[in-house]
Amino acid sequence: MIVERPRELFWKKVAAHAFLIGFIALILFPFLIVLSISLRPGNFSTGSLIPDPISLEHWTLALGLPFTAPDGTVTQPPFPVLLWLFNSIKIGSIASAGILILSMTAAYAFSRLQFRGRGAILDTLLIVQMFPAALTVIALYTIFDALGNVTPILGIDSHWSLIVAYLSGITLHIWTIKGYFDSIDPAMDKAAQIDGATPWQTFRFVFLPMSVPILAVVFVLSFIGHVTEYPVASVLLRETNNMTLAVGARSYLYEQRYLWGDFAAAAILSGFPITIVFLLAQRYLVSGLSEGGVKG
Amino acid sequence: MTASALSEPTPMASRPGFRVVDIVRYGVIGVLALGLTYVIWGLYLAGEPLFAVVVMALLIGIVIVFGAKRFYTARFVFPGIAAVLIFIVLPVLYTTYVGFTNYGARNLLTFDRVTELFLAQKAIDKTTERPFALVADGSNYRLFLAEGAAGLLSEPFVLDGTPVNVPMAPVSEVPQALAMKDVIKLRTALGEVTATLPDGSEISASGLRTFAKVSSVYERQTDGSLLNRADGTMLVRDETVGFFRNAAGETVAPGWRVNVGLANFQRVLFSEGIRQPMLQIFVWTVTFALLSVFFGFALGILLASVLQWPHLKGKAIYRILLILPYAVPAFISILVFRGLFNQNFGEINLILRSLFGIQPQWFTDATLARTMLIIVNVWLGYPYMMLLSMGYLQAIPQDHYKAAALEGSGALRNFFSITLPQILPPFVPLLISSFAFNFNNVVLILLLTRGAPDIAGTIVPAGQTDILGSFTFRVSFQDAGQSFGIAGAISTLIFLLVGLLAYANFYALRRAAEARGRG
Repeated sequence: MIVERPRELFWKKVAAHAFLIGFIALILFPFLIVLSISLRPGNFSTGSLIPDPISLEHWTLALGLPFTAPDGTVTQPPFPVLLWLFNSIKIGSIASAGILILSMTAAYAFSRLQFRGRGAILDTLLIVQMFPAALTVIALYTIFDALGNVTPILGIDSHWSLIVAYLSGITLHIWTIKGYFDSIDPAMDKAAQIDGATPWQTFRFVFLPMSVPILAVVFVLSFIGHVTEYPVASVLLRETNNMTLAVGARSYLYEQRYLWGDFAAAAILSGFPITIVFLLAQRYLVSGLSEGGVKG
Repeated sequence: MTASALSEPTPMASRPGFRVVDIVRYGVIGVLALGLTYVIWGLYLAGEPLFAVVVMALLIGIVIVFGAKRFYTARFVFPGIAAVLIFIVLPVLYTTYVGFTNYGARNLLTFDRVTELFLAQKAIDKTTERPFALVADGSNYRLFLAEGAAGLLSEPFVLDGTPVNVPMAPVSEVPQALAMKDVIKLRTALGEVTATLPDGSEISASGLRTFAKVSSVYERQTDGSLLNRADGTMLVRDETVGFFRNAAGETVAPGWRVNVGLANFQRVLFSEGIRQPMLQIFVWTVTFALLSVFFGFALGILLASVLQWPHLKGKAIYRILLILPYAVPAFISILVFRGLFNQNFGEINLILRSLFGIQPQWFTDATLARTMLIIVNVWLGYPYMMLLSMGYLQAIPQDHYKAAALEGSGALRNFFSITLPQILPPFVPLLISSFAFNFNNVVLILLLTRGAPDIAGTIVPAGQTDILGSFTFRVSFQDAGQSFGIAGAISTLIFLLVGLLAYANFYALRRAAEARGRG
């Protein structure tokens, strides 16, 4: 421990805490305001941080229930928030499950199997992954427009199209899982091999059971990534009832129809579960990001 | 290494003969092959030979890799690689290709489809128009045309939407006609009915109540141009622009897709009205990405240093609160800021007005809008930098600080002489990828400002806060015009830049890995 004078140390501590608390207050200000706004009556009301009177109008609407004001007027929910949340969760889960399958088998091969061009493919994947999907939306739109002529399941405005398109985002996950597989003792596969296991059996019965934690993390990270994806989803999903949360949420804040209060309640309602999931997974995210990328 | 020993399936595992697993595998491949063949055929029929070829390549790949024992190892990577090839590489290449075409809202279809559209334009000869009636005959129908006291009646025919030509013969009495509402139900199928009159002339439905001589406005010539039958003028096919031109030389919509070579690139790089905003947008994109990375990194490393201080208590709770902006889905935070920064009733302006009496125009003043974007982006991005810094800070040996303390060095001196030099090398690849991410941070721009305020006097709508990516996105999907060609050209230029960045990042990663290996 570095030696410091007690008196100076005390003031340093006070300064550090004051700085952190002040900074956090500034950072969290938007969240508190939004919570406050979601409890205020009406869409344009202003007031103090603690709303008075407290109105559950926006929360009722966000839950998809019609709201009856004290004067008897009934407001219908403007958008199907819960349906959007469901769409997001559905698309996110299926796409992440698919990604998990694709990336863990690939990671196993890159970690344990010898084949030509292994290093080159890994490097290429890393470079290819940097091309932003937002700029290829024209092509994605054209591809699914064409496929839609054959089968509407893979057309525009189909959830399956989006899921299939999302399956390409595997590179980072391959690196993360590969990093983990690399750390598994080679004696393990040796033992399995002596018992007559094929590579597939080694993967299925030795590697998979050992890597459940990292696979869970990859699933969660990829899930969050898909739930929050905007550009591709906004191009492929057109109908209000088909939208994901990320695409639909914007409809609250158009200049012509500005539903600030309704948005606040819907945002908290839908953002809260995702935030919690992220906070639980973030520890692993960091190790994946900083290590997965450089383990050659 | 064990890997080489495992590269071939061990013979012990595969028993002789045909196993159930194999039957199931071939069954699945067969079903998949049938499905994909259907898709290939459908794509070909829909006039998308390129995509048909891609799906065919996929099919061949699947059959070979999963059918032949030789490619056992490839089975592990094939599906993932195929997904990357089809949904990242193909779109990048296709977007580049589109940059060399005039593809867009006015040039959406192929030449054959456009010709079909023109040929489908019908002219009705009003002089031959006459009322008709439909007569039910069992499950079939007869057509009746009134003429004189009675009229002409056809033989019974099936009315199911297939083209049918019915000869009309005179009858002496008027049959019982179907009610109008029943005729309306049958109007689509009626469109396919042609009636041949006793004099040999053919008429077809020209309305809900009438039949008349209906003929195509245009007649196709051998060279692909179209002759207007009514006035004898010609629509001349012009392959250089993908439009038909009329006698006056004007283009007639709709047009078709043609390759226009470097025309889009020339427009983007050299034509007045696009080049100027493009340059401005490019400069802003770089500035935006640099400032976002710099402030995010500075703030992140500052907070990490404070959090890392051994005497500080309550680190865990500070840490959780500090990464909250990163944990909340970005699309929600960005929209929250969009509301908070609202000029008239956003909370930020309400506070600023009550405290300082000012009301900044966050969305109409270019500088303020840009400031707002940086503020929001740093808010969104600093936790990532902070988390990474915390990891790297732990790797710095405490001895260095002890030695520095003995020499009487202060906190600032420590930071710049010990912390920063040690933390920077592993951070370089992350800073590059962060720069690349922000360079294309389309979501932030689209959800927060949508490029507003607009740059005045441009041909293609462009905004003061547009970055290249959001500008391209808006050109292709949001503003009138939908010029995919121009968007493709800009995208191609961005791809080149991203490629450079990706390579730099890759190189930096390698360097970092080597440095780590040596250390």
